[in-house]
Amino acid sequence: MNLNIFILIAMIALALWTVMTRSLLRAAIMLAFTSAIISILMFRLNSPIAAVFELSVCTGLVSVLFISTIGLTHPSVKEETFEHMVDRLRKFKFLPFIIIGMGMALGLVAVKINLQLPLAEIETDARTVMWNLRPLDIIGQVIILLSGVFGVIILFKESDKK
Amino acid sequence: MSAESLQLFCTFGIFIFMLAAIGVYCMLATYNLIRALIGVELLLKAVTLLIVAVGYITKHNALTQAMVITFIVIEVVVMTVAIGVVLGIRSHTNSLDARDIRNLKG
Repeated sequence: MNLNIFILIAMIALALWTVMTRSLLRAAIMLAFTSAIISILMFRLNSPIAAVFELSVCTGLVSVLFISTIGLTHPSVKEETFEHMVDRLRKFKFLPFIIIGMGMALGLVAVKINLQLPLAEIETDARTVMWNLRPLDIIGQVIILLSGVFGVIILFKESDKK
Repeated sequence: MSAESLQLFCTFGIFIFMLAAIGVYCMLATYNLIRALIGVELLLKAVTLLIVAVGYITKHNALTQAMVITFIVIEVVVMTVAIGVVLGIRSHTNSLDARDIRNLKG
């Protein structure tokens, strides 16, 4: 239980670092670390397959996408970076206090949640649920992936006009 | 539902809400398009963690894992297309500032 709280605090600290750092590249790397921490939490919550997906796809692929995009866009000059840093500090200086205050307020407010436990689980294996009980999800995933691929192709299609 | 499960859910709920708040704040406070996408990503991660936490306390881990896998696929596709749009905007306006793409405003 205590270990969970330490991991959750690390997750919030990394997320704050992600949004407050002045370098975009550093923000993308911190986002990857946040994602890795979330995958540890998922593993601790008895969801190993989802944790592996989070670790490989969100920590790996999405970070590569972000870093490639930052690499493709030209970095700004030093004066611009300094100007942006001052502007960002002005905007984000209250964020840690807001987040900590919000967390303390939520912790102090004793919310009575009357959650009802649903029926007992029929299937305990995620692979069986994925492939046998919810096969439409797989078809949906394939359609979404194809939509993404065609979307990117259309976005980067060379114009025929000379 | 046992008191221990409820306590765990409350603890996770508070931190998940904080993570979502950071993502929303990042989206609202910045004009940089890549940084706004990072905010969206943080918000999506909060939702993913909430689904997993609910699956843990209700003991429906298998179902929520299947949902999370689908959710992660959707997340990656949305991010890829959004990054493609950002790169297109960059090539047209030579800027990543959201204020430079207000051509249709008014």
